[in-house]
Amino acid sequence: MTTESPLIEFAGVNKWFGEFHVLRDINLRVGKGERIVICGPSGSGKSTLIRCINRLEEHQEGKLVVDGTELSDDIKAVNAIRKSVGMVFQQFNLFPHLTVLENLTLAPMWVSGVPKKEAEERAMQQLQRVQITEQASKYPLQLSGGQQQRVAIARALCLTPKIMLFDEPTSALDPEMINEVLDVMKELAHQGITMLCVTHEMGFARSVADRVIFMDHGQIVEENTPDEFFNHPKSDRTRDFLSKILAH
Amino acid sequence: MKPARPAPPKKRDWSWRSQALRSVLYQVVALALVFSAGYYLLGNTLDNMRLRGIKSGFDFITQPAGFGIGESIIPFDSAESYGKAFAVGLSNTLRVAVVGIVLATLLGTLIGIGRLSRNVLLRSLCGAYVEFFRNVPLLLQLFIWYFILTETLPTIEEALRPLPGVFFSKNGLQFPIPVWTDSHVFTLAGLALGLLGVWWWGRQSRQHFEVTGRSRPVWLPGLLLLIGLGLLGWLAGGSPVALDIPEKSELNVVGGGSVTPEYMTVLVGLTIYTAAYIAEIVRGGIQAVPFGQHEASAALGLSRGKEVRLVLLPQALRVIIPPVTSQFLNLTKNSSLAVAVGYPDLVSISTTSLNQTGRAVECIAIIMACYLTLSLLTSWFMNAYNRRSLLKER
Amino acid sequence: MSQQPYVFQTVASRPPPRPVGGLLPWIQRNLLDGWTNVLITLLVLTLLALAVPPMVQWGLLNAVFGPDNAACRAAAAATNTGACWGVVAEKYRLIFFGRYPYEQQWRPMVACALMIGAIAASCYRPFWRGWLIGLWALVLGAFFVLMMGGRFGLVPVETSRWGGFPLTVMLSTVSLLIAFPLAILVALGRQSKMAGIRTICVLYVELIRGVPLISVLFMASFMLPLFMPQGSTIDVLVRVLIGMTLFTAAYLAEVVRGGLQALPKGQIEAAQSLGLGYWQTTFKVVLPQALRLVVPATMNTFIGAFKDTSLVTIVSLYDLTGALQLALGDADWRKFFFEGQLFVAAIYFVFCYAMSRYSLWIERHLNTGTRRQ
Repeated sequence: MTTESPLIEFAGVNKWFGEFHVLRDINLRVGKGERIVICGPSGSGKSTLIRCINRLEEHQEGKLVVDGTELSDDIKAVNAIRKSVGMVFQQFNLFPHLTVLENLTLAPMWVSGVPKKEAEERAMQQLQRVQITEQASKYPLQLSGGQQQRVAIARALCLTPKIMLFDEPTSALDPEMINEVLDVMKELAHQGITMLCVTHEMGFARSVADRVIFMDHGQIVEENTPDEFFNHPKSDRTRDFLSKILAH
Repeated sequence: MKPARPAPPKKRDWSWRSQALRSVLYQVVALALVFSAGYYLLGNTLDNMRLRGIKSGFDFITQPAGFGIGESIIPFDSAESYGKAFAVGLSNTLRVAVVGIVLATLLGTLIGIGRLSRNVLLRSLCGAYVEFFRNVPLLLQLFIWYFILTETLPTIEEALRPLPGVFFSKNGLQFPIPVWTDSHVFTLAGLALGLLGVWWWGRQSRQHFEVTGRSRPVWLPGLLLLIGLGLLGWLAGGSPVALDIPEKSELNVVGGGSVTPEYMTVLVGLTIYTAAYIAEIVRGGIQAVPFGQHEASAALGLSRGKEVRLVLLPQALRVIIPPVTSQFLNLTKNSSLAVAVGYPDLVSISTTSLNQTGRAVECIAIIMACYLTLSLLTSWFMNAYNRRSLLKER
Repeated sequence: MSQQPYVFQTVASRPPPRPVGGLLPWIQRNLLDGWTNVLITLLVLTLLALAVPPMVQWGLLNAVFGPDNAACRAAAAATNTGACWGVVAEKYRLIFFGRYPYEQQWRPMVACALMIGAIAASCYRPFWRGWLIGLWALVLGAFFVLMMGGRFGLVPVETSRWGGFPLTVMLSTVSLLIAFPLAILVALGRQSKMAGIRTICVLYVELIRGVPLISVLFMASFMLPLFMPQGSTIDVLVRVLIGMTLFTAAYLAEVVRGGLQALPKGQIEAAQSLGLGYWQTTFKVVLPQALRLVVPATMNTFIGAFKDTSLVTIVSLYDLTGALQLALGDADWRKFFFEGQLFVAAIYFVFCYAMSRYSLWIERHLNTGTRRQ
């Protein structure tokens, strides 16, 4: 447990989609190197929570500080934050008109001003990390779902982020491909990167997470270590949810 | 393990119920029907033509036309051949089609983007434009524009003068044009050098960016280079400033370049009509890019300008370009409506020739051959572009 | 490491801090969001302020509505010019019915109403049964009998005198009714494995699509009479109908072909594995799905065909557009051509816009069964 200031801090954060109150009084601190899994029923606001961290969604009330910078309407600050926060989407969202290598070098070259050769070297390193170097010159639509998601992870890593956000990364994959992606995520977790992961993969949560957070109706209902969370859930809602999700 | 062998030759089964026999039979029957119908119609045609004394053949092409043409960029008088008349008609068609395509694309793109604006007033205005001009027939629109340009404008004695040297009246638009002297060659040379310079500068900047990661401004220096070298060329040629300015004489305006109201009607009508269709295509193309692409670009920290250039436009253009090419073709074909307002395009001249010589089949064949060539050329280019730009999939 | 898990208390839903609904926030979001938006709003409002009041003055306030030529001229010469809608009041029968004999004009009116009624009935989905074909046969028969005359004591009227709105409706409807099945056959032929049939279909489609409609109409007008055996002539209207039908069929064939290509191959394989033959597969499995896929493009072609009937003016058939030209040949009223043109443009607009709205509706309606909610 670190005593330095948290890397991410939510203080009384509230968000509305029109009239719908989607995040209610969120208070959360994430320290450096922490691995957090967020679970909950659909519509509970889990994706919205992590999307607030890189300002893909804007909160209306409360304070949200990421890596020392408070998130607000200041677009320059937001763009600076996005360089240190990487995101992996459920639908991969790779750029279909660029090769895998070009997908990875796009942001370093055009956002960080990295020279092309260096960007390509870095890209190959990240592809090595996710074990997919042989596909570098292929186009995304030529790869399988699991391969595409691994490329998406490598693309986020190319900016050497301090925080990695995963928004249901395996939900759109066929069962036999889920493991290859989870293995990559576990490897990243062991290398000490700070990560927040929204997922239904409870096995992953048990083996990797430092904390498991359960959300329902826009609120954090319970957060605890995996051990405590799965074996001694405190709230009835949590118990109810776990019974449904761990049934088979 | 058995080694791979080449496939055995295909055996065709010619029994009564085989698919192969049936398909051949169907085709033979179909072709026989088509050919016998064609033979019958051809026979009738030849009989009828003999009966009515209609001659056939393309020999009339070399004979003198006997009619004048209202406007053309190639000098033409009634003693010249029909063949040349057709050439003039084709040049008139191209003259209005090319300018129309450029203007319609610009206008259509602006309106298409306007339809996606966050501002509800702009959105509605662009939407109203598209709905109005798509739901009224082009011919009617041409008639309306023709009426406006020939009835509501003042006569040439009281022409409107929006700018010095520009006259706008029932007789068309007259404007000053530079007089061509040999020293203008220097200006053109300067501009050509400027274009070369812009291309070279773009290449240098790109290489610099790839090596160091810092980008250099491209547009402003490029423009300055083009204008600067053009100016140098102009000065080198002795700064020719002679302009042929239209001047009002007693009853008329002489001098300068001009465009007729017929040309303006066809140009304005075609541009505004086709722009409405292009606007819808542009809007559809931009909306076809999945929202996830915007999210991924934002998550990577790309600014809006870079996102549009690197992610949105390449994907949107793939969806936009094929239908827009169709619209270009449509514009060219629609220019044939010029015959209704008296603009001497290809169809109009062909109709006049047809009426004079009675060679209906030949004249119509010429029209169709010209348009067909243009269409096939355009389809061929579009297919080549499509093949190259397809998103590569499994 | 974890923090102390807090005792859970439900937080009730609250309304957002800044009101989201209501007029003022809507204006703020849509019109005044950022400097460019404010600028655009100001520009557009200025444009409207400059353009709309003069138009309202001209079109409504100072306008003359009755068929009074003198009043119209006075209005046009006045400093605050007014429109002369009286030209419509005066000439509407010529515009609507063309050169059809004046006393007999109730016939095209009834015929047109019947045709439009049949079209409206065909738009209503519960009516899509077998008896609809019978209804159409009846309506078409009644239309032609009424227009042509010669039976039931009706005075014969030759086809060259037909004109105006009934002509527009008839040309578009009949050519579409014939072109649609023809287009389906041609599209199927283009997909066929038989090279001979495929070539014929490809040649037909590419030839017709590569040339303007005018040239097809000219070809039909000038060349079809030559194709007839000696002694028989072919009616002007029939020539034009053939030209329009062939033209529309080529474009529709491309649209249907797009739908056929978009259909997943698995559908045909499933049908074949069930033992269905070619024509059964086509009519029961392939076409219902393929046609649903291309409803927007099909309706666009229909709207285009309706507008394209205006081109028959150039081959001297006086449809709605042509009849307008005729009506305003009158020197007295020629000055007010513009108002007449606006009126006719409004008629086209109303019908085409209605068709495009219907297209959106039917697309939604037909696809509710195929989309997951």
